[in-house]
Amino acid sequence: MNHDMVLAAGGGAGAETQTVVFWLLAVVSVGAALGMVLARRAVHCAVLLAGVMLSLAVLYLLQGAPFLAFVQVIVYTGAVLMLFLFVLMIVGVSSRDAIVETIKGQWLWTGVAAIGLLVLLSLTIGHAAIGPAASSGTAYSTGNLQGIARLIFTTYVFPFEVTSALLITAALGAMVLAHRERATPKPTQRDLARRRVTAGRPAPLPGPGTYARHNAVDMPALLPDGSPSKLSVSPVISGRGFELRPGESGEPLPEIAPGEVLPPDSDGSAPRQDEHEGAR
Amino acid sequence: MIGPGDYVALSVILFVIGGVGVLIRRNAIIIFMCVELMLNAVNLAFVSFARLHGNLDGQVIAFFVMVVAAAEVVVGLAILTSIFRSRRSASVDDANLLKY
Repeated sequence: MNHDMVLAAGGGAGAETQTVVFWLLAVVSVGAALGMVLARRAVHCAVLLAGVMLSLAVLYLLQGAPFLAFVQVIVYTGAVLMLFLFVLMIVGVSSRDAIVETIKGQWLWTGVAAIGLLVLLSLTIGHAAIGPAASSGTAYSTGNLQGIARLIFTTYVFPFEVTSALLITAALGAMVLAHRERATPKPTQRDLARRRVTAGRPAPLPGPGTYARHNAVDMPALLPDGSPSKLSVSPVISGRGFELRPGESGEPLPEIAPGEVLPPDSDGSAPRQDEHEGAR
Repeated sequence: MIGPGDYVALSVILFVIGGVGVLIRRNAIIIFMCVELMLNAVNLAFVSFARLHGNLDGQVIAFFVMVVAAAEVVVGLAILTSIFRSRRSASVDDANLLKY
């Protein structure tokens, strides 16, 4: 898609096309925004916010701002949302935000405030009597990028320089805030080995899927009596609710436990010796 | 014909939805996303008014808003990760050490 086609998609599109695209994107963006406010999981919120941002990028393109449309896609949808998802993966994918009112009357007053803000802004804009768009000059046909560059480097050159200082400060601040000073000396290999022996488990944790139907990471290993061992699945996976239930597909295979049935193990910690002997 | 007024109305609706999200959610990251939604709505209004006047100043201001929002997200998410590291929670109800 070359430059002329992008501009043609914005300025030269017919009135009917613009109307149809506007209503389509308005419905999509408002629906995605409402879903973002109401979604339980933070990851769903991030994906819906990406939908809103992409819709807004197309709306910028419709309004003759191809530069801002691409900046919106690259900076917002590309960089900012990826940062959001990155932090979500660190902080709490598993944390569900239950929609429960903790402060008394919070939702009532939120609704009152929202309706008040909506009425206030609507009245203000309704009084403004916004007319049709001005006759588009050269700034909206071919010279969009050149026009923005001229404005940035003449009229707005001082704010532009200040944003460079802002970006450097933000990068430094993020590094300082995310840096963690080590309060204790780093454990050596001797310390690690001693800690492992004193903890009572010199051997590594069992891998997932041993004697189970398959060895995917979410399939708990089976102990010799057929009960699943919870130690074999990473707590990250079981914390997100992805762990397969033993009755689902981890039932004991008949050729493994033909003899006497050992007492079932609830947390997988007691019969460690049994499992290791069974593995040999 | 869709004029700038319709775009401004859409930006008002998105702004109010973002504000509601800031008020009712308690996960700090989701509150942050709602703030981003409000910034985007304001950007849409800037672009619409620039088209209304037929010049490019509004687009330049929207560009500056994007730059500032990117810097703000970087610092805000770093604060969130440090809070989560010390308190094991991303809920704004749990950050109440200064309350009493």
